[in-house]
Amino acid sequence: MSTGTPAEPRETQHEEPRTDAGTAASGAATATVDPRLLVRQEGFKGYLTDLGRRLRTGELGSVPVIVGLIVIALVFQLQDSAFLSANNLNDLFVQSAGTGLIAVGIVFVLILGEIDLSVGSVSGMSAAVFAVLSVNQGMNEVLALILAVLTGMAAGAVHGFFFARIGVPAFVVTLAGLLGWNGLMLQILGASGTINLDDDGVVAQLTNHYFADKAAAMGLATVCVLAFLGFSLLDARRRKAADVPSRPLSEIVLRTVVLAVPAYAAAFVFNSYKGLPLAVVIFVGFVVVGDFVLRRTGYGRKVFAVGGSSEAASRAGINVSLIRISVYSIAGTMAAIGGLFLASQINAANQSSGAGSLLMNCIAAAVIGGTSLFGGRGKTWSALLGALVIQSINSGMALLGTGSAVRDMITGAVLLAAVVIDSVSRRTQKTAGRA
Amino acid sequence: MSATPVLALRGVSKRFGAVQALTDVELEIHPGEVVALVGDNGAGKSTLVKTIAGVSPADEGTIEWEGRPVRVARPHDAQELGIATVYQDLALCDNLDVVGNLFLGGELFKRGVLDEVEMERRARELLSTLSIRIPSVRIPVASLSGGQRQTVAIARSLLGEPKVVVLDEPTAALGVEQTAQVLDLVERLRERGLGVILISHNMAEVREVSDRVAVLRLGRNNGTFTVADTTQEEIVSAITGATDNVVTRREARTTEVNQ
Repeated sequence: MSTGTPAEPRETQHEEPRTDAGTAASGAATATVDPRLLVRQEGFKGYLTDLGRRLRTGELGSVPVIVGLIVIALVFQLQDSAFLSANNLNDLFVQSAGTGLIAVGIVFVLILGEIDLSVGSVSGMSAAVFAVLSVNQGMNEVLALILAVLTGMAAGAVHGFFFARIGVPAFVVTLAGLLGWNGLMLQILGASGTINLDDDGVVAQLTNHYFADKAAAMGLATVCVLAFLGFSLLDARRRKAADVPSRPLSEIVLRTVVLAVPAYAAAFVFNSYKGLPLAVVIFVGFVVVGDFVLRRTGYGRKVFAVGGSSEAASRAGINVSLIRISVYSIAGTMAAIGGLFLASQINAANQSSGAGSLLMNCIAAAVIGGTSLFGGRGKTWSALLGALVIQSINSGMALLGTGSAVRDMITGAVLLAAVVIDSVSRRTQKTAGRA
Repeated sequence: MSATPVLALRGVSKRFGAVQALTDVELEIHPGEVVALVGDNGAGKSTLVKTIAGVSPADEGTIEWEGRPVRVARPHDAQELGIATVYQDLALCDNLDVVGNLFLGGELFKRGVLDEVEMERRARELLSTLSIRIPSVRIPVASLSGGQRQTVAIARSLLGEPKVVVLDEPTAALGVEQTAQVLDLVERLRERGLGVILISHNMAEVREVSDRVAVLRLGRNNGTFTVADTTQEEIVSAITGATDNVVTRREARTTEVNQ
């Protein structure tokens, strides 16, 4: 076991020579490394080989969905040159916000290893609550918006309560929610069935407001890229100081460039149309905040732990019920916010709000984006990427003039492909389990 | 070895309905000592572990910690005293990496945000002082071997700085090489002055790492042996209750009936 080549201490645990007197504190100078360990080389070459290894062993991350987006864009562009026009891309981004925001909540639920079938109905209900309060009752729009979002949160908490405390399977609870909240929405919409929103109101502005100043889009892109670069450098410095493996500068630069290219491209596209859309700012904002919560806070760690093994989580002192209820509340909240964006697009709340293929599109967006259906793995970024894929298909099909029949079939096939990739990558990761 | 045991059970009894699971069990663990707890299936080993861990408190008898009688009514009490229990079924989250699992439920924070750097540093430090070899502390536990997972689970129990570690069949599902890894780790725990209770079915490994062997049979003590001057046959016959004496065999049978 103690044979091996001396190597950099990077990404390895030191193996002390096994002597009877060998106390743990003996020098690392004699450290030898088990040849089977993943020794990552220093520098940029090490990054590339490590990346290659991860792809081979099934840690695909966002690669399939990004490849998919590029393929979709190329195919539609070849069919109709209007697809990649600034106008169409802008609409595509703005219209993906509603679905995408709901999908952010779905990502949280999927990480728990559960499902929420009620998000479509909850989104419709919250739009109806907002419309009734602000239009029919004449309430202040901001207050009505807050109440609508709280309604969604409460609906989610109810699902979470029945699932976590009573022990009803989440599938059944949220299926009941799917029916029940839709019924409640029809009830509060009343006889007319459609309530038109104020054209200049807060909700109408969600998808109709643009920051026309060209500096806005470019400025936001710059702030994002610089913030990413700054935090990466800071993190690398702290890691170096603590003597744990850190990203080499070349890798940080590469990652920053990979972020900067789409950021500035998007800014350029928006600026060649009407400017930076408010909807995109809010959507990306929620994705970033959600990502931060999941990866950098104790709460997010607990969500992943419960998704990985609720038994282990509760033994570690985590209140599993509370985590489950809170995650369903987040899903309900995001559904409500997404519902307001969808209402904003049509400037009305009506009987078909939250119905149709919305629920499936939201779940599909999260899964297509790379969040695992099997629980324990996922990122809020997958909601953004997946929503873009679905909206690209919708938009491209609309340009080509094909009906919803073909569109649904293609979306279904893309979803199936995403789930297959997820399953296969899981299996590959298992068989590549290094021991 | 110091004179006062760090943990001592005195006359512990436990009854589940009509079943007397433990009767007047005595057990002492000294610092820097590995005590193997052996016995046939149903001898009461797991019940005794649960008593020590506070999962199911004893009905009668006392538990002494460093000479003082203490109450262990909840798992929290045991942890508070410094008793860490590593269960057979691991209790790791497959999707989290090694660092995440080690610090699960006891994460370190810096300005309200997870302090990944410090956790990773401490994890590497802990693993290297225990000479635990893991491909990387940043890969999900799912991709580790059974032995590596078991060593991670044991290392995790050490973060709370316990004085006694209870290992419930740590090598039950492991191969030869992986078992060796875990046994090495048990020896390192002893070197650090911890008291270790090792539950095992494997006589060879019991003799390999433990200082004393406490045998349970039908919920009672059936002898405590010092490994150095006991043969394997003596231990096995204490476990099975098989001796060359017809009378003792008959006696064992009647006590079985009486229970």
